[in-house]
Amino acid sequence: MAKIVVDGTEVEVPAEYTLLQACEVAGVEIPRFCFHERLSIAGNCRMCLVEVKGGPPKPTASCAMAVKDLRPGPNGEPPVVLTKSPMVKKAREGVMEFLLINHPLDCPICDQGGECDLQDQAMAYGVDSSRFAENKRAVEDKYIGPLVRTSMNRCIHCTRCVRFSTEVAGVPDLGAIGRGEDMEITTYLEHAMRSEMQGNVADLCPVGALTHKPTAFHARPWELAKTEAIDVMDAVGSNIRIDTRGREVMRILPRTNEAVNEEWISDKTRYVWDGLKTQRLDRPYVRVNGRLAPATWQQAFDAIAAKVKGTNGKRIGAIVGDLANVEETFAFKQLMGKLGSPNIDCRQDGAALDPSLGRASYIFNPGIAGIEEADAILLVGTDPRHEASIVNARLRKRWRQGGLKIALVGERVDLTYPYEYLGAGPESLAELTGNGTFADVLKGAERPLVIVGQGALARADGAAVLSLAARVAVAAGAVKDGWNGFAVLHTAASRVGALDLGFVPGEGGLGTVAMTNPGAQDVVFLLGADEVDVAPGTFVVYIGTHGDRGAHRADVILPGAAYSEKSGIYVNTEGRPQFANRAAFPPGEAREDWAVLRALSEVLGQKLPYDNLFALRAALVEAHPHLGRIDQVEPVDASTVAALAAVGGATDKAAFVPAIRDFYLTNPIARASAVMAECSALRLGGTAVAAE
Amino acid sequence: MSVRRLAAEQPSSFAFSPENEAWADRQIAKYPEGRQASAVIPLLWKAQEQCGGWTPEPAIRAVADKLGMPYIRVLEIATFYTMFNLEPVGRHFVQLCGTTPCMIRGADKLKEVCHRKIGAERHVTEDGALSWLEVECLGACANAPMVQVNFDYFEDLTPESLEKLLDDLQAGRPVTTGSQIGRRASSPETGLTSLTDPSLYDRKPADTAPAAADAEAPKPGAGDAEA
Repeated sequence: MAKIVVDGTEVEVPAEYTLLQACEVAGVEIPRFCFHERLSIAGNCRMCLVEVKGGPPKPTASCAMAVKDLRPGPNGEPPVVLTKSPMVKKAREGVMEFLLINHPLDCPICDQGGECDLQDQAMAYGVDSSRFAENKRAVEDKYIGPLVRTSMNRCIHCTRCVRFSTEVAGVPDLGAIGRGEDMEITTYLEHAMRSEMQGNVADLCPVGALTHKPTAFHARPWELAKTEAIDVMDAVGSNIRIDTRGREVMRILPRTNEAVNEEWISDKTRYVWDGLKTQRLDRPYVRVNGRLAPATWQQAFDAIAAKVKGTNGKRIGAIVGDLANVEETFAFKQLMGKLGSPNIDCRQDGAALDPSLGRASYIFNPGIAGIEEADAILLVGTDPRHEASIVNARLRKRWRQGGLKIALVGERVDLTYPYEYLGAGPESLAELTGNGTFADVLKGAERPLVIVGQGALARADGAAVLSLAARVAVAAGAVKDGWNGFAVLHTAASRVGALDLGFVPGEGGLGTVAMTNPGAQDVVFLLGADEVDVAPGTFVVYIGTHGDRGAHRADVILPGAAYSEKSGIYVNTEGRPQFANRAAFPPGEAREDWAVLRALSEVLGQKLPYDNLFALRAALVEAHPHLGRIDQVEPVDASTVAALAAVGGATDKAAFVPAIRDFYLTNPIARASAVMAECSALRLGGTAVAAE
Repeated sequence: MSVRRLAAEQPSSFAFSPENEAWADRQIAKYPEGRQASAVIPLLWKAQEQCGGWTPEPAIRAVADKLGMPYIRVLEIATFYTMFNLEPVGRHFVQLCGTTPCMIRGADKLKEVCHRKIGAERHVTEDGALSWLEVECLGACANAPMVQVNFDYFEDLTPESLEKLLDDLQAGRPVTTGSQIGRRASSPETGLTSLTDPSLYDRKPADTAPAAADAEAPKPGAGDAEA
């Protein structure tokens, strides 16, 4: 720790802190453009200049000078930093004037207007007129992909975007060509960026040079209502802010949560917003003579009641989709219980996860932030880059800190960091229970981590593979006091919550695959389940939001609410319950899913005992207290992993296949999104560049 | 300095010649494991030499592939350093110094000559022999004004001597490098003015260090120093 005086306030900070950090500790805000907490220090914008005593006798870039670089005074006085002196003011005004020399005065037509760092700081340090009589710089706009719009005249060369794509995203597409005044940010020959996190560069851009192309010119920040919510595109549970104007969702932005997504979100999370507006189911439909016809709620309910009444509960099935929140899943389970159906499942892909073994057998035990503590990581049948981009960013962050060994069993994929490839299938995994190169690495590691993906579990021998992976973890000593290095990486936002509720087949019940077989069931309820194919002959009731696979197969469609249109709890892959607020209303006659289930229950004569969401939530928390402890991960019983390892079972030789083939089209909302479709087409077309 | 762009017309491919490939491998081997990217400038420079004085886009990719770097990183370097020519140049690429000492000593007149004999900056003559570019200080200020043609300096130029030089280069006639008025290195134009007393050099045999250096650089003014 070192003492330093900031504007007359003495503070004690770690010696390796930068002056900028020390100033923040002292409660002094330093203006900055290029500096960003999660990126390397560039020190090229010069906006953070301060005056120091005990250092160079000139204005000093506070982001790039460490506290320990300053000398104490002649009598051992702590070094002094002045942030409000005339020298600092003049220096910053000078920097600002230089920045504004070539920055166009196009704020009225700039998407960044109202949330622009340069605009804000020009209010403090800008001058009212220009002294620059020479020619202005003009820069051609660049094509860097379908997601980020460029307006390169506005670029102030902070290189945050270059550092983000190189360091955090790990896909070094962006670079700065030329030099000096003629420096330009671009990709190689203007091909599209290839990262799944490229939208973050537009967030990072302190000016309007990089803005969000899909939402360009749609809204001004001050006219948007901001709602804190949780993302459902993957099982990470990224914290998001949904901005709405009136009834319409205008954009989705990340919120900072150090334990989950830091401050990044994936492109699917961010740009899926247009999928919320298209292909929506806004009224009930009933299939009449083989065609879906619009109907009233009463007609739809009557059609269901006519079919369900007189059907044995054992001939009724229920499948929860990937986007459901905990409340509606809970109501769904209760309804099925009342109908006497043991055939319930939340594992659309057939992943062999069994909640009866204990919670530690199906959650990401060390937590996403726990990745940073691991020193040897084994990935089993997973492609985290596409199954959970934010988790992959965390893995990459850990890899960049050094001293980490990573190995993969499964399909060879580009994870943005190097790893040791051990093999394709369960046989390679089985080798790790004994001795071998990487088995020894895991054993020698202080905190080994085994991450099992859904690709390893959604197969006939999934249970045996899960047990085998647990055996590898136990053999490596990954489960011990203070560290549980057995992690299941989910892809579905609803999955952990539904497993917590025990939404799996009851005694004698059928699972997803069995339920969808021909003749297995008379009636199947799908709560937003679009990744299953129910055999012909079964009466299908689809409760969901989009005219996707499930709706096309349905005999009755009950329109529900998308994740932005309902309040609810989601449990992410770590087992962390997070609360999402409602940002907008469902379209047309669509209603929140829990309300649809409640109304349906009454029609079926099995009334659910709650009349509003709060009563439902109260019942849920009473039954599952840990779901009421928002943002807290319930401690789990680590011995579960050892029990899981003891399950055993025979594995076959087939190679693991990644759970996600097309990152951009994994759920009905994404499949309805034109932006996601364009991204998907671009990716499938290799590095092809979209036409202007 | 102005915005530099890759040339519109590019060759379809680039590959190092076997001897350059071996040379490149030797350069890469100089750096410790994991730091191979440090060899990027030597490799680009060699690629430029092999391509006749300019760096085509396929060469940028070839160098990036060889060093395991993202293409954009090599493009950044090739566009940052102005000595990487991004467009084709003449067989004899004249880099004319226009910085203050040369300017004072008449570089502007030399520019006029280039304009007249070759054309605009970066323009390659029809026979592919010549192109020219004004550059910043080349460090031969004592012998200003001067030009650099490929790897050789031509100093103490006058419009006439430059014109003759360009004619000779274009015609393929032999030319004299270095000072065009016969002075040796950057010794005074009028001959040595100090340290002229031969007795100063008595302690050594007359033909040691200075003479040895001369042997490698037979210049017209070489005799002055020995006098």
